[in-house]
Amino acid sequence: MIPGAFDYHSPTSLDEALSLLKQHSGDAKILAGGQSLIPAMRFRLAVPTTLIDINRLADLRYIEERGDHLAIGAMTLESALEDAAVVGQSYVLLHDTAAVIADPLVRNMATVGGNIAHADPANDHPATMLAYNATVVAKGPNGERTIAIDDFFTGLFENALAEDEILTEIRIPKPSAGSGGAYTKFERKVGDYAISAAAVQLRLDGNTVAEVRIGLTNVSAVPMRAPDAETALLGRPADAGTIEAAGQAAAAESDPSPDLRGSIDYKRDVTRVMVKRSIEKAVARAKGGN
Amino acid sequence: MSEHEVTVTINGEKVTKTVEARTLLVHFIREDLSLTGTHIGCDTTSCGACTVLVCGKPVKSCTMFAVQADGADIETIEGLAAGGELHPLQEGFWEKHGLQCGYCTPGMIMSAKGFLAENPTPTEDEIRHGISGNLCRCTGYNKIVEAIQYAAEKLQASEGGE
Repeated sequence: MIPGAFDYHSPTSLDEALSLLKQHSGDAKILAGGQSLIPAMRFRLAVPTTLIDINRLADLRYIEERGDHLAIGAMTLESALEDAAVVGQSYVLLHDTAAVIADPLVRNMATVGGNIAHADPANDHPATMLAYNATVVAKGPNGERTIAIDDFFTGLFENALAEDEILTEIRIPKPSAGSGGAYTKFERKVGDYAISAAAVQLRLDGNTVAEVRIGLTNVSAVPMRAPDAETALLGRPADAGTIEAAGQAAAAESDPSPDLRGSIDYKRDVTRVMVKRSIEKAVARAKGGN
Repeated sequence: MSEHEVTVTINGEKVTKTVEARTLLVHFIREDLSLTGTHIGCDTTSCGACTVLVCGKPVKSCTMFAVQADGADIETIEGLAAGGELHPLQEGFWEKHGLQCGYCTPGMIMSAKGFLAENPTPTEDEIRHGISGNLCRCTGYNKIVEAIQYAAEKLQASEGGE
């Protein structure tokens, strides 16, 4: 399958990329890792007339802890996340996620920014970034702005970026003492999208859940948090009964579509189990385990 | 529609060609460079039959445009048997029966070459993780894992001997 014809640009600076994007407004797509866009173009699901390839913007590849947050350049490869010591040590939920995105070959091309900007509820980073309460940084002709992750996903494959903006960075707040996180994904085989997956980031005060955010993968048209499940946990002891209640709440508020991966009831129940497993792991990690 | 001059180093040889922007790297390799050892399996970024090394990293060449590879160093299965002598990975697949139909083999070998360069002494689990982007419908994978273990040991031994 061969994609439709397009004009190709390979800018070497962000300013050049922004100027090309403005010039071709409406017709252009940004090409990041291309691991979602190129398959979509081969199926002619996407037929952009202009591609602006930002892979030569090496300035957008970095993973750095800056004060109270981790800054990740939009063009950082997924494989780099997997290998980064700081991610393995302090951002365990992110590390869990990076290890299960697609497959190792895809992770050598795929980027963190692309995974988020694509706004596909089946992608893994949206749930993780929702759980982390991350911030997205976007740059446009009028400068830079930040967008809270809760406001970023506006529809299926739709995000809050303006047509002339490029996602440049993702900021993840540094988890405070007593925090733990985990990502649990159920998939038919490596490389497939999740049947369901759950990202949990929480903080314990003793054995009481003092803070928690939960994101769900591939069980809604728009990447979603699980507010009822969060409420079921908040202020309560992290015991088996509470965790089961949170799992059931997530199953009820999820909104999966039936497809080859299963029926609605099946996906809801997998969601219940994924949420429970992620909470259990996050609690164990918050208490200093692995 | 734009056309672009692309220069790549492929298996050590520098070549320049003009390609349409939409030409996928795998089509460039197979049709423009006549290196048909790199296979097309699924066309959906699932199977890994088209795996090649781009600047040392194994990637799916069906999910990258040739124009993106301008300036890159590319290695395909044809680059492995230097002077007609099998590479330890090829020898491993031969000795351990790491293939039946052989369709996935070039991709498997290029993936393995990529991760062995980073981790020359992988555990069995690490090998299975390393080839998890490559599908094989014949072998059940055990023989492939053994083939890669064979190659890793042989490569280690030859390095130790230097």
